[in-house]
Amino acid sequence: MTIANLGTNAAGHLATLPPDWPGGFWWHWLVFVVIIIAFVLLMAMGFIWIERRGMARMQARLGPNRVGPFGILQPVADAIKVLLKEDIVPAKGDKIVHWLAPVIAFFPVLMIFAVVPFQDGALLADLDVGILYVVAISSISTVGLFMAGWGSSNKYSLLGAMRDVASVVSYEIPVVLSLVGVVLIAGSLSLNQIVLAQDIPFILLQPLGFLLFFIGGCAEINRSPFDLFEADSEIVAGFHTEYSGMKFAMFYLAEYAEALVISAIIATLFLGGWRGPILPPWLWFVIKVIAVFFVLVWTRTTLPRVRIDQLMALAWKFLFPLALINLIITAIQVLTWPVALPWVIIPVNIAIMALLVLLWSKFFKLGWGRVAV
Amino acid sequence: MVLKTEPFVLNIGPVHPSTHGVFRMRATLDGEVVIDIEPVFGYLHRGVEKLAEERTYTGVIPLTDRLDYLASMSNNLAYVLAVEKLAGISVPERAEHLRVILAELQRIASHLIAVGAFLNDCGAFFTPFLYMFREREKIVDLFEMVSGQRLLYNYMRVGGFNQDIPDEFLPALDKFVSQMPGFIDEYDRLLAENEILLARAKGVGILPKELAINISASGPVLRASGVKWDIRKADPYSIYDRFEFDIPTGVVGDCYDRYRVRIEEMRQSVRIIKQVMKQIPSGEVKSKVPYLIRPPVGEAYAHIEAPKGELGFYLVSDNSIAPYRCHIRAPSLLNLTALRDMIVGWKVADAIIIFGSIDITMGEVDR
Amino acid sequence: MTISLSGSEVAKQIAEVLPDTISEASDQVVMVKGESLFEVAQYLKNSQGLDFDYLTSITAVDYYDYFELVYQLTSLQHNHSLVLKTRCYDRTKPTLPSVVSLWRGADFQEREIYDLMGISFTGHPNLKRIALWQGFEGHPLRKDYL
Repeated sequence: MTIANLGTNAAGHLATLPPDWPGGFWWHWLVFVVIIIAFVLLMAMGFIWIERRGMARMQARLGPNRVGPFGILQPVADAIKVLLKEDIVPAKGDKIVHWLAPVIAFFPVLMIFAVVPFQDGALLADLDVGILYVVAISSISTVGLFMAGWGSSNKYSLLGAMRDVASVVSYEIPVVLSLVGVVLIAGSLSLNQIVLAQDIPFILLQPLGFLLFFIGGCAEINRSPFDLFEADSEIVAGFHTEYSGMKFAMFYLAEYAEALVISAIIATLFLGGWRGPILPPWLWFVIKVIAVFFVLVWTRTTLPRVRIDQLMALAWKFLFPLALINLIITAIQVLTWPVALPWVIIPVNIAIMALLVLLWSKFFKLGWGRVAV
Repeated sequence: MVLKTEPFVLNIGPVHPSTHGVFRMRATLDGEVVIDIEPVFGYLHRGVEKLAEERTYTGVIPLTDRLDYLASMSNNLAYVLAVEKLAGISVPERAEHLRVILAELQRIASHLIAVGAFLNDCGAFFTPFLYMFREREKIVDLFEMVSGQRLLYNYMRVGGFNQDIPDEFLPALDKFVSQMPGFIDEYDRLLAENEILLARAKGVGILPKELAINISASGPVLRASGVKWDIRKADPYSIYDRFEFDIPTGVVGDCYDRYRVRIEEMRQSVRIIKQVMKQIPSGEVKSKVPYLIRPPVGEAYAHIEAPKGELGFYLVSDNSIAPYRCHIRAPSLLNLTALRDMIVGWKVADAIIIFGSIDITMGEVDR
Repeated sequence: MTISLSGSEVAKQIAEVLPDTISEASDQVVMVKGESLFEVAQYLKNSQGLDFDYLTSITAVDYYDYFELVYQLTSLQHNHSLVLKTRCYDRTKPTLPSVVSLWRGADFQEREIYDLMGISFTGHPNLKRIALWQGFEGHPLRKDYL
């Protein structure tokens, strides 16, 4: 679908990075591996700071403000503390599974960033199947969480892990379907191409898809209002109850790194990635990622938690049909209305989204009630 | 293909981020559904009733503070009313008015914690909890002005109070009372129609009316099930019969009703405080009571509407300086009787919420 | 105002239906014999006009010769109350009938009386110690414990 070219070609002012910049394949690989690891670790720490401080201010308290100016070095202090703690392994747990779980939970996050563009062409590998790769890899961390729950020989962990597996499997479907809508408009699975195709950010062209992806993403990464896998007030700490020391730090970091991944994917697919006027593109990317994360923190502070059967009901009865309908409508629009004026198509899409969401919420019952025993 | 599953026992143990105090529930789970639950408590048993037999009548008052440690003024009030009934001591007017003010302020403070903790159990990650605590700080500051203490006040005495309130108390109370209704309204707007809260709490953990009466439930738990029974109206003590207030009742008796009853009761408490503040007479605050009280031989039972329910003290005296028997009718203990009926059939997540909505304090349950 | 019913009036009413169950009756209290506690309680709960559907509290007091159990009963509909007492003269193995089948609120309270005073209740579904741990020896609230 080619939207009428509005004349702003943000990709033009900086040359497209060639795929083997700076000098050959292996240098490219090394530079980007360093950039990705540094980016993920620093941004995860920054996210921890944003979350603690932002949540605190919304709760009428101060948040960390002692370590460094405005408490910026608090995550560093946390990291040092956690490194110095004793590593407790439950005696009856499966030792290898217990040891391997944090690794498996964390490394997919780093792998996903291989295809996320920081600038035009500035990504580790411009795969033609970028989105498919992202979806496939992001499911691996669930295996890590389940291994954590199983290897801890603790009923709370097992409960948390079961909930996790059930809900991630359920939420994959609406998430993937909403991504397909974006792919249809952009015409390519590669993330860089999708950003290049966003003369108008896809959030306006695919409001329903954005909503579905946001909710589904929240549920997949175990954030409020869907943070039942580690619901503090119910199952102590869920799958990472029995972890301490560096392994716990890996889970903690993995949680924020996954939030980073979802924010980055949303920023890339729906908000226009690195595109923007005046500032350098990678700075726009970082700003958009932080903005999406701030909305995630906001919802965490405000909303209570849903129950597991309500979570599943939301996935299957609310998001899944809406995702299918979104896909069908997008496909119809791409086929029958290929050259459309933006100020026509955007209100139409937003109206469709509002209508569908209102209609569905009227007929939707959030979960079932008491089971006769 | 039939899946072979077996139920397992989960010990929602005494040490848990969410049980209100040291309380243990042995839940038998079939997947996530609770099929049996057994409450086990006694972890905080300090033998208060036995200790009370070795202290003078005034010396028991600090013991009563520690029963429902979140509502100390009410405990003190129930005990001194029982002693006054036993010994036939009357209380001056000023002290009666101040007692009503302090008891209602304590009710607001206790309900703030109850509602905040309930929402925290629902998963709203401390945000409503901290907002409630912000208001509770103001009440606790008022209490600190009066008694010097922030949690366990030990302020009421048989016959009134030992010391009068300081001059700053009434202006500060005035300021608090003018702000509080606005805060309750703001809070209501934020959460009363929240979709997720409604989904979690409506219809969950229903306590039917006949069962509520049969298990001797009292307080917001009984009223949320539809029974209009409030000791302040049914059997008025102190000077409650002079003031106008409503008794909020629920309809169904689920967690949402209990939450709403508590919010409404806070509004009614503010109303009572405003009426009392207009009428406080001047005068002395303690009637002439001997230093060591020796009530005549006999027994008395006095009860009040504490924030958690009906708190009663049964005192037996044998004309000595210590009570012969001091029995405490703890509302939290009796409200817990129907825990199994309320929770079975729901999921683990609901078990915690239902337990939180009954609002118990372990100090009272175990004594 | 909750009216506290006169013990002697209620005792007369009970004696018409269940003879030989009252041991004494005064203005404040109705004292029944231990064995007939359950029948009297059932009559008080179910009879029209009395309708004591709410058990406010059960207390046990240790007077050195006997144990005395005090039942505070209330009727929510008529807003009146009554004090029902019974005595148990056996100190080694005191037993009394349980009223749990009438008022479930007696469940935890009777367990507590069993735990701290040692009085067993026949007919109680789950008579275990409640405040102290299983295996504790003795009954602390008795006057001869310490």
